[in-house]
Amino acid sequence: MSAVLRVAELNAAYAQTIDSDRLESWPDFFIEDCLYKITSADNHKRGYSAGIVYADSRAMLRDRVTALRTANIYERQSYRHIIGLPLIGATNPSGIAAETPFLVARIMRDGRTDVFATGVYLDVIRDDARGLRFAERVVVCDSRHFDTLLAIPL
Amino acid sequence: MSTDTISPDHASVSNLCWPGDLTRVPFWAYRDRDLPKLEQQRIFEGAVWNFLCLESEIPDPGDWRATVVGRTPVVVARDADGTIAAFENRCAHRGALICLDDSGRGAKDFQCVYHAWCYDLRGNLRSVAFQRGVNGKGGMPPGFRVQDHGPRKLRTTTLHGLVFGTFANDTPPIEEFLGSDVLARFDRVLGGRKIEIIGRFVEVLPNNWKLYAENARDSYHASLLHLFFATFRLNRLSQGGGLTVSPNGGCSVSETIAPTEAVDRSYDGMRSAADDYRLEDLRMIDVVDEHLDRVRHQIVTVFPNFVLQKTQNAMALRFFTPAGVDRTNLEWIFFAYVDDTPEMRKRRLRHLNLGGPAGFVSMEDGCVGGFVERGITTAEDGAAIVEMGGAGVESQPTRATEAAVRGFWSMWRGMMGI
Repeated sequence: MSAVLRVAELNAAYAQTIDSDRLESWPDFFIEDCLYKITSADNHKRGYSAGIVYADSRAMLRDRVTALRTANIYERQSYRHIIGLPLIGATNPSGIAAETPFLVARIMRDGRTDVFATGVYLDVIRDDARGLRFAERVVVCDSRHFDTLLAIPL
Repeated sequence: MSTDTISPDHASVSNLCWPGDLTRVPFWAYRDRDLPKLEQQRIFEGAVWNFLCLESEIPDPGDWRATVVGRTPVVVARDADGTIAAFENRCAHRGALICLDDSGRGAKDFQCVYHAWCYDLRGNLRSVAFQRGVNGKGGMPPGFRVQDHGPRKLRTTTLHGLVFGTFANDTPPIEEFLGSDVLARFDRVLGGRKIEIIGRFVEVLPNNWKLYAENARDSYHASLLHLFFATFRLNRLSQGGGLTVSPNGGCSVSETIAPTEAVDRSYDGMRSAADDYRLEDLRMIDVVDEHLDRVRHQIVTVFPNFVLQKTQNAMALRFFTPAGVDRTNLEWIFFAYVDDTPEMRKRRLRHLNLGGPAGFVSMEDGCVGGFVERGITTAEDGAAIVEMGGAGVESQPTRATEAAVRGFWSMWRGMMGI
């Protein structure tokens, strides 16, 4: 299978995991020593290092899921990810580089559906015996505005 | 958010009647459609210091940044002599924005795109295109003088690298405005340090700006709404700390001291204490006591709409402005010290997971104001109870108090004449 199809399949599984509320499985898409960050195009362009989510280990991703399940308060909501085709870049020892556009609609408890975020995933994907996993997933949202709050990961 | 809500029929401010003392806040204060205009005139353009930007955003002459004072667009610019000027971002001619972008570097002057009226870096109108007409025809009348026209100007002041501005002539010096206790907390975090922005995000809140102003001053809710701290036993009201309110009532400091450790039973029976959760990656809470005072969490509020926050080793400015009676833009400016070691910088990035629109101890603040808005939809005659810690606005050695919320309202009422 081509890299494009393999990465597209990975993204499809990633989206299904989040959108069907199986967040406990979400960290499994990452290697242990990963980077997951949510930022905006403006922040990314300026080289600002902080994100609104910044996790540099899979354990931190699991902690985020634990917090969302047990500690944080937010209205019931779900996402629908629409993920475009990946543009495959260079492959080097750290993995395959890919850039993939996404659109996420958010469906609120009261039935309201809005476009919550659009942007690109900037990925470095490890390809080893365990299949494809994210070494890095930097979520670059097109807008730096976030409506109300961001609970569920993008 | 729906905007077709019913507001009480108050024709003017004189009809708005505050029910009793500061322990009751009438719900119309968040919903009345006449208030935003009055708040713009009396609060944001009154005797307050509005946060404008960081000095480090405009380091050199000609550098500028566009922002808002309440809802009024404003430009902040570094003049040729290094001073910082601020003026309304509105062309004297037809009222168009003078600066369209968020920021710029090295400008020599500002030119309105509409008819090329030109301003210097202080906002003085310098020239009018075709003022003398073309080939002797048209042009401005001979009596038109550029020096008679121009945008309104603000006075600016700086405090440890932060730029503030005021439209009013009688605003006291910022040190006096804040009071010595609040000023000391600015010194703690910013004194003698060079800071730089490391992230900037806007959280769009579905509520009136004052609900967020209260939330930032409400030390009572912190470990009750934000269960992350309580769940992981990081912050409890029984932990040391306290609340300080400035002499003018409008500014405050809430502090939490690192626990000395003893079994804390104060939350027994509450939902937050049901289970014993532990973080897997403890680097989220590996605090370095940078100021050698064991303060883990410090929230400084400045009337009307600014917050300086240090939580563990994460630092942020919050700046929130009305975008409608039931909508607020909350800008998070994450910052760090320029001379951070790489390890400390990484630590700050991890600790920043506690703040911002997705923050473990801040995301709830994004939605709770909307819960109030929806709860009070038809309750224009009702009022909130703000009575924790009594009826006063004095500093208290506990965070189980709403004294700073009352302090906010005492200043708001004084300036609004309500």
